[in-house]
Amino acid sequence: MGSAAFQRRHIRMANERIVGIDLGTTNSLVAYMENDRPVVIPGEDGLNLVPSVVALDERDQIIVGNPARKYLIDTPERAVYSVKRLMGRGVEDVQGELKLFPFRLADDLAPGEVLRIKLGNKTYTPPEISAFILRQLKRNAERYFGAPVTKAVITVPAYFNDAQRQATKDAGRIAGLEVLRLVNEPTAASLAYGLDKKETATVAVYDLGGGTFDISILKLHEGIFEVIATNGDTHLGGDDIDNLLIAIALDDIQGDLGIDVRRSGEAVQTIRKSVIDAKIALSSNDETTLDVKLPEGKRYQRVITRPQYEQLIRPVVHRTVGPVRQAMKDAGLTAKQIDEAVLVGGSTRIPLVRKLVEDQFERTPHADLNPDEVVALGAAVQADILAGGSEATKEMLLLDVTPLSLGIESLGGGVVKIIHRNSTIPESATEHFTTGVEGQTNVAIHVVQGERELAKDCRSLARFDLKGIPPMPAGLPRIEVKFLLDANGILHVSAREARSGKESEIEVQPSYGLTDEQVEGMILESFDYAEQDFRQRQVIEARNEATTILAALEKGRKSPTWDQLTSLERTNIAKLEAALKAVTREDNYQAIRTAIDALNQATMHLAELMMDSAVSTALKGKNMETANVGEGPASPHPIAKAEIKN
Amino acid sequence: MQPPVPVDYFAFFGLPYKLNLDTAQVERDFYALSRKLHPDINARGNLPEQEWSLEKTSQLNDAYRTLKDPISRTEYLLRLQGVQLEEQSKAATEEARKTGSAKKQVVPPDLLEEVFELNMQLEELRMDKKMGEDDPALERELQDAKRHLSSKQSEMLNELSAAWNQWDALVDRASAGKNVEDSERAAVRDKMLDILNRRSYLRNLLREVDEVLES
Repeated sequence: MGSAAFQRRHIRMANERIVGIDLGTTNSLVAYMENDRPVVIPGEDGLNLVPSVVALDERDQIIVGNPARKYLIDTPERAVYSVKRLMGRGVEDVQGELKLFPFRLADDLAPGEVLRIKLGNKTYTPPEISAFILRQLKRNAERYFGAPVTKAVITVPAYFNDAQRQATKDAGRIAGLEVLRLVNEPTAASLAYGLDKKETATVAVYDLGGGTFDISILKLHEGIFEVIATNGDTHLGGDDIDNLLIAIALDDIQGDLGIDVRRSGEAVQTIRKSVIDAKIALSSNDETTLDVKLPEGKRYQRVITRPQYEQLIRPVVHRTVGPVRQAMKDAGLTAKQIDEAVLVGGSTRIPLVRKLVEDQFERTPHADLNPDEVVALGAAVQADILAGGSEATKEMLLLDVTPLSLGIESLGGGVVKIIHRNSTIPESATEHFTTGVEGQTNVAIHVVQGERELAKDCRSLARFDLKGIPPMPAGLPRIEVKFLLDANGILHVSAREARSGKESEIEVQPSYGLTDEQVEGMILESFDYAEQDFRQRQVIEARNEATTILAALEKGRKSPTWDQLTSLERTNIAKLEAALKAVTREDNYQAIRTAIDALNQATMHLAELMMDSAVSTALKGKNMETANVGEGPASPHPIAKAEIKN
Repeated sequence: MQPPVPVDYFAFFGLPYKLNLDTAQVERDFYALSRKLHPDINARGNLPEQEWSLEKTSQLNDAYRTLKDPISRTEYLLRLQGVQLEEQSKAATEEARKTGSAKKQVVPPDLLEEVFELNMQLEELRMDKKMGEDDPALERELQDAKRHLSSKQSEMLNELSAAWNQWDALVDRASAGKNVEDSERAAVRDKMLDILNRRSYLRNLLREVDEVLES
């Protein structure tokens, strides 16, 4: 790379990129808008998907993604997957998950406390574990850009409630990312699909991922993506199919081999891996063999045919029908009025799922874009819109809805709905409250989310305590409470007493979530990691610089000027070149830096000679290109040092 | 006391207080205003700008949702006119609580016979379902009743539309500087209120039929 290209990169760095992140149950991805197309940023291993697996290694270092997967089998007590299922949830509502997933909760959880999961002898909340994944994605992007990344759009299942959304936003903050927007996954997918479409159309997005299901119906009109209705199930996905197959294998193993391996985390994870292989195979083959090599040399094998498999998973797949029908009903549309159906999420590779979508919408669904990547690509499009838009996105605007109604618990435990589901967000509602007792200065409000009639059947969001109401006779104060659902689908509440005009103080107790102080604390703790991140980035930058200087040297060696050097110079250069090559393989920033400087020093003369030669060649009427010096002087020196801003 | 109406939705779209509405035009205006006001468009602004954008867009969304639906549009106009829809409903609830009876809803006279019959059928099917028995004939009858009630419901929309025309004519007369008596306005308001009440009765009934059929 010549210096001009390097400088261009520096200029573009000034305008910081906003990345789009798909924080998935099974896999996570980071993407950004390159010119007018969204592209996925690969990790250091060259792979686009970062498995949403977090492990703690022997030295208590956090490992994320593919390298963490081996811990699932080797030391399952030091690894965790599918943590998205626990986001924004309390101990009492994850009992079902605990039976199916090897989540190990902390032993000392107090009632009402945010869940903590054990990894080795440490414990982390679900937002912290998600933050480790986000941090890895952030690092991948920084490595790719050679510049810091601090802003992101993160996708969430459309059917996520307020607590789950807040938990996702907290995870971003803990990872050192400013979350500019939470975008619903199916809507993000529609952005990726709709990039080239300018006509008017009604589109249904069917999104069945690893752990969540969403259905969204949108109207596309001249770049406006208007969601009309959405529905889903935040605990339905490929994981459920895996669990079915695992249960069968466990029964078989006990029946046929006479061993019960249910208690062995290692064996269960081995089975899980084989089950997933079988599931994938059955998406293209008519039959496959579930093949498990158990510890102690035993082996379990079972042939599964496609019809057997489909019969088994049909009940799981059919759980998507209810939400699909409800969304169509809410949108006031019939299957015939839907112009296109789009498939999103890895589980839509299953032929039975495709068949179901085909039946529900009476048409062949689209699956042109990789269902694993399309959500991240859409997030990158939304990131570009928020950054001010480019040629490709300048006409685009997303109008999304809230998936769940918002209500207030009334006397007797009923719910008064104040914002209805499928209302376009942002959305506000103002309600009035009064006191029931003479001189009462506090009023408690319980806000719930959901469609059920009774507050106890809905999701408790928070209890608000309005304080500082001026003492007045009962029923006289008029406390005006404003509920605002922002464009992320997150609730904000403000209140004032209308007669006195006095702002009421609100004390919020989120039912399932971290307080601001807790998040702040976690950000502080994560500074340790930030330090680690910074060092890693320095190494990467230095390594890039080394590659550049070595390439330039290679070019110099082929040029006629090489022969003008003394043999001592040439030997010295060769020695330092070898030294630099050796240190770049290690993670020692200082060593790489020193080796670069030494080689720079030693090649100074070569660079001057090449410059002279380039200039005289240019004077003779040849251009740089034909002088074979490439773009700009091909000397190692004029290359600006990579700057790292922190 | 009726809560104050914070934003005038008709004014938000620059519309007169009329009930016949070019909804396609309102949709276009909604899109055009969204392109100016939406938080995504103003994401790079400073904090006050972002707060302004959030506030305005939430008002825009409220206004659009209220105006595009014929029923909520009519209810909203009645409320602007000082008709206390919630208070009426609350009064009925209070009355029911005092007398210990179920909340009384006035059965539209033309439906009296049909509703009586329907309630019997609903009760019967509920019993059947409880006993785990199928009664396809009864279910078919209920489906028929449902269809009939739905068509009644759409008839009511026609009735409502006729009332809108009367209302809009009064607005036009007033804006042409002609005299419009308060009693004339009140007559049309009452007519609309009556249609809305009957419609709401039908809607609840249909919901009940659906619940029993789907249970």
